[in-house]
Amino acid sequence: MKNIRIIPRLDIKGPNVVKPVQTEALRVVGNPRELAWRYYQAGADEIIYLDIVASLYRRNLDFEMLKAVTENIFIPITVGGGIRSINDINNVLRAGADKIAINTYAVKNPDFISEAVREFGSQCVVLYVEAKKQVGGAYEAYTDGGRERTGLEVISWIKQAIDLGVGEILLTSVDQDGTRRGYDMNLLKQVSAFSPIPVIAHGGGGSLETFKEVVAEAKSDALSMSSVLHYENFSISEIKNYLSNQRINVRIV
Amino acid sequence: MSNRDKKIAIIDYGVGNLYSLVRAFRFFKVEPILAEEPAALDGIDAMVLPGVGSFAAGMRGLKIRGLAEKVKAIAGENKPVLGICLGAQILLSRGYEFGDHAGLDIIKGEVVHFPALAEHEKIPQVGWNTVKTLNADSQDNILKIVKENDHFYFVHSYVLEPEAKENILAQTEYGGHTFCSAVKSGNIYGCQFHPEKSGQAGLKIIENFINLISYEKN
Repeated sequence: MKNIRIIPRLDIKGPNVVKPVQTEALRVVGNPRELAWRYYQAGADEIIYLDIVASLYRRNLDFEMLKAVTENIFIPITVGGGIRSINDINNVLRAGADKIAINTYAVKNPDFISEAVREFGSQCVVLYVEAKKQVGGAYEAYTDGGRERTGLEVISWIKQAIDLGVGEILLTSVDQDGTRRGYDMNLLKQVSAFSPIPVIAHGGGGSLETFKEVVAEAKSDALSMSSVLHYENFSISEIKNYLSNQRINVRIV
Repeated sequence: MSNRDKKIAIIDYGVGNLYSLVRAFRFFKVEPILAEEPAALDGIDAMVLPGVGSFAAGMRGLKIRGLAEKVKAIAGENKPVLGICLGAQILLSRGYEFGDHAGLDIIKGEVVHFPALAEHEKIPQVGWNTVKTLNADSQDNILKIVKENDHFYFVHSYVLEPEAKENILAQTEYGGHTFCSAVKSGNIYGCQFHPEKSGQAGLKIIENFINLISYEKN
């Protein structure tokens, strides 16, 4: 069985890493450069770096800061926030990213997905989905940190994006994010059931058991996490050692 | 020869992101030359063919810049060459991604799609995997200090199939299928994985590659 990737996620606002709790409160948890370096040294398999307000304010993320963060980090880095053009993607890649994550702009212009894929290849384009459960049980895709509705039903949106060529799905449960109560298993199972491309689960990781179940039962390919690492509930190696003992393959550094 | 004096060219042929590769060389005090035209390759000590994307796009990118013949000529001089991912694939004779395309034919062989995999493992392979070296004791081998449990980052749907067994430098298993993850012919190397994105283990390979130049000049 392949190695399950453990991917720390940095939510960036201004010069800080912040942690949104169900999109309402924001807490500053640290310095992006320090945290990225710490997680790289600790054995992170990749890093996700999302400017969580760039889209909202229609501005670009801070390329100089991104450059400083990615320097001397030799694992894949996925960057998102405010990407609206091929030129934006070029700038992000030049600042040290390997893949880009898009949400808001892709929702408004789905053809931008195929344009980006044609230019940079599927492996470079990650669809970022913020899923929020609706009355009746269906999930709606949101943008801007779970603030804005899109009217898109999550499953059909993901299918459309796969047809347009995205290479991976970063699937966040807005309801679970920051709660540490466990991933949204129902959501993740539904997506894994049809997705031919890797699904990165995010939102709700808490106890060690929650990491195991999302791999064993929801068949996620990678686990993204923020609170549990930022607040040092567990180290990356504790999580990896636990998964390894549970017969889930991980890369031990 | 100190690393600062080594002239290593990274071929910029329009496929993918060269910046993490540039940073990996800078980590070892080498300032690589980004070469987008044949003249930029005059007098270099070694060259890297990076690249992500399709086989055809890679060959087209080389040809429209007039680089294909020059790259072959440098490989013919047996200067150290490192192909990475797509850059490794186009070292071979043919590729079957979106049709049947001629490669640089520097190493005899073909680039074929993964077969159907066990446990419904996904294609492309995206993530970390180990490599098993087949002649690890060779002193001039870029994988010489790679350990059995070192992991490397892969993103690919197509695999290298060199004709001659002696060109298989390392193998990797994914979804029950064992494939060639690194090729070698003299000083010409190709890695299916990305050493520049593979943490400490990957940096060792970059360093080994840089050190090939010292062997040459001694």
